[in-house]
Amino acid sequence: MSALSALIRRDIRIALRVGGGALIGVLFFLTVTVLMPFAVGPDLALLSRLGPAILWLGALLASLLTLDRLFTADHEDGSLDLIVMSRTPLELACAAKALAHWLAAGLPLIVATPVLGLLLNLDGTATLAVALTLLAGTPALTFTGMIGAALAVTLHRGGLLLAVLVLPLSIPVLIFGVAASQAAISGPVSFGTPFSILCALSLISLVIGPFAAAASLRHGLD
Amino acid sequence: MRLSGQNLKCVRGGREVFSGLDFSAASGEALAITGPNGSGKTSLLRVIAGLLMPAEGTLALEGGDAELSLPEQAHYLGHRDALKPALSVLENLAFWHEFLGGEPRDTGKCLAAVALDHATHLPAAYLSAGQRRRLSIARLLSVRRPVWLLDEPTSALDTAGQELFVGLMREHLARGGIVVAATHLPLGIEARDLRMGGAG
Repeated sequence: MSALSALIRRDIRIALRVGGGALIGVLFFLTVTVLMPFAVGPDLALLSRLGPAILWLGALLASLLTLDRLFTADHEDGSLDLIVMSRTPLELACAAKALAHWLAAGLPLIVATPVLGLLLNLDGTATLAVALTLLAGTPALTFTGMIGAALAVTLHRGGLLLAVLVLPLSIPVLIFGVAASQAAISGPVSFGTPFSILCALSLISLVIGPFAAAASLRHGLD
Repeated sequence: MRLSGQNLKCVRGGREVFSGLDFSAASGEALAITGPNGSGKTSLLRVIAGLLMPAEGTLALEGGDAELSLPEQAHYLGHRDALKPALSVLENLAFWHEFLGGEPRDTGKCLAAVALDHATHLPAAYLSAGQRRRLSIARLLSVRRPVWLLDEPTSALDTAGQELFVGLMREHLARGGIVVAATHLPLGIEARDLRMGGAG
């Protein structure tokens, strides 16, 4: 257990230091969201209707942005070899790395959501609904994205490949995340239905992600 | 304790690197793997470390901990230092100490043993190549493992560093450890020579 907590603490510490990924994701999220009203125009009703979708897309892209370094950094400096050799099962080590990534890069996105909701003319309930769906859905993005990160680990400049691999997997999360937010704002479906499916998607990826990532890391070693 | 490999064959990228390779090393023995570039020294170390699958052959560590696999009882010191530039010297070492499950031990002493104790709070980004190597060597000291797999361990080390490392290897062997090192330079300790074939 202490090995896993050491890994989580190390990854968070690196993410928060200079050059780490934590702040970059939030800044990107902020940029995308701020640009939207300029592109869409000053139609407040339209903005508040598009708001949840914009926030979800921004969060999805922001979490992809930092995900490609999840294993590549450890592969390049040789840390991954030692992690594979260690007594900690690789599946658990992968899960710990994904958890650390979510804490350092995913959680700040959710904290930033209320502020960005103001820019998109979302009222309190709507902002809360989006933040809640992001809280339930971003773990799924991180844990499925981890599979892509593990597949792309041996490739140089694998970032683009990661996006191509991961984006199709994140479509269901996007659909139910936005659907749940819309349901909370305008109905007619109850919030609970799409939200439960969103939670289920997160739980499934929590189980499958570490195994798939560990398998592809083992296979990709050379 | 005895580390042995029988009839090992390694294929990388469709090319046979070595085949029919036998070796063995007992407690307190060092094995120096020598040979020209591309003869498979690093590949052999990575096969022993479990990072490459041998195409044929078996590896065994007799007399080790039956609960643990060979890689779990080995230290691998590769070309790459496994250091994070954003973390300080002490943080780097403390992480590996905790992650690899070392018994409670003063990591400061391990840094002193490789003469890095003056730089504990310096970010690893500012270390020279030789200092980075010293810090990786401190990892071998902070967690006790019976088998040391070393890939060009003394590269980048100055003369004092090389002497220091020879002393550390001697101590490890005296405790009943096993050293397997790929090297071009003389190791500086009594070692059995394992000559790898020519390239191609």
